[in-house]
Amino acid sequence: MSTNVARVLVCLEEVGAEYEVVNIDFQAKEHKSAEHLARNPFGQIPAFQDGDVVLFESRAISKYIIRKYKSAGEAADLLREGDLREAAMVDVWTEVEAHQYNPALSPVVYECLIYPAMRGVPTNQKVVDESLEKLRKVLDVYEARLSKHTYLAGDSVSFADLNHFPFTFYFMATPHASLFDSYPHVKAWWERLVARPSMKKLGATMAAAAAGIKQA
Amino acid sequence: MEAPVKVFGPLLSPNVTRVILCLEEVGVEYEIVNVDFNTGEHKSPQHLQRNPFGQLPAFQDGELMLFESRAISRHVLRKYKTSEVNLLREDNTSEAALVDVWLDVEAHQYDPAIAPIIYQLILVPMSGGTPDQKLIDESLEKMKKVLDVYEAQLSKHKYLAGDFVSLADLSHLPYTVHFMATPFASVLDSYPSVKAWVHDLLSRPAVQRVISQFPRY
Repeated sequence: MSTNVARVLVCLEEVGAEYEVVNIDFQAKEHKSAEHLARNPFGQIPAFQDGDVVLFESRAISKYIIRKYKSAGEAADLLREGDLREAAMVDVWTEVEAHQYNPALSPVVYECLIYPAMRGVPTNQKVVDESLEKLRKVLDVYEARLSKHTYLAGDSVSFADLNHFPFTFYFMATPHASLFDSYPHVKAWWERLVARPSMKKLGATMAAAAAGIKQA
Repeated sequence: MEAPVKVFGPLLSPNVTRVILCLEEVGVEYEIVNVDFNTGEHKSPQHLQRNPFGQLPAFQDGELMLFESRAISRHVLRKYKTSEVNLLREDNTSEAALVDVWLDVEAHQYDPAIAPIIYQLILVPMSGGTPDQKLIDESLEKMKKVLDVYEAQLSKHKYLAGDFVSLADLSHLPYTVHFMATPFASVLDSYPSVKAWVHDLLSRPAVQRVISQFPRY
């Protein structure tokens, strides 16, 4: 399952919304079809539709979902928009995931899992080694942060934490998962996250999809 | 009297410019505190307290310390929003969503295409290096594909998120201002709606106040 699709599904699960997943056939280049380009002009996934509202870019879609379901209990607090300071911290650590964490971690996932499975190419170890070096520096910062707070934006879970799920889930299926053992607060944070019902449910779907790709 | 809002980093650094543009739009007093990139000041313990990744900008509003320019920009526009200056549209779910969409497009599609051109043409010569022409050419090709999408959007709407200006539009300005001073500015001639949008944004009083402080190349 596409990591950016999973990002959106985590939020849908967290707010308890009903949804339908419409498959887009990457191999058949359906993402570049005129029909899909009308939903996502960059020909990427996901796209999203809620009545007349059509959106793309997974983080933007996710925030729309969280705001729309504001009345759904704990989910209301995932963006903290009622408090200026807390909302700012959610925004900061959401940006950090996008601009620091993901660029360091995702190449390891692509090289170790995605490219071998989908394109039959061998892992580029140089890329993996450089990315792991960058990731260690990023995790130094996360370790310091998470030794002071239970979650990235404060003491309750937020959108900033949820954003880390899809790529990190796949990272844990690479040979480099044990990197997190050197960062005890980061590891404990990750284990808190994946115990959440939304992530248990999606994790099972993602693992099944990955197994399906390997066998294909 | 000491300004309660401080931006750490030089005005010309594009991510710093992004924040300054927002402060000017909402009309809040602020102070720019320089952080000397050339002496490695951005990696000093003092700056790492403000931005643990050792990058620019950092930001202080009273006791609140922030980093990541798009997060800082959102905070500024949210806290200092007025009835005239509502650049996030958080009071309207679908408008806010479109602002978020096009702000993410800026970060994930536009920026990766345009930033290497600016770095190669402007920053690399400044440190005595030679621009990588292959990288510039590849980036221009990427940028043209992105501009195809922008041309389609801006021929239907005055601004990216609709008929109202927003952070999504302003966020494009820092790199775009530098781009317009390069020989490649003429690329925009093939994208008339994009060109008109850029000129419209550049003519905003808040934007003029900021870019009038840029040196001319």
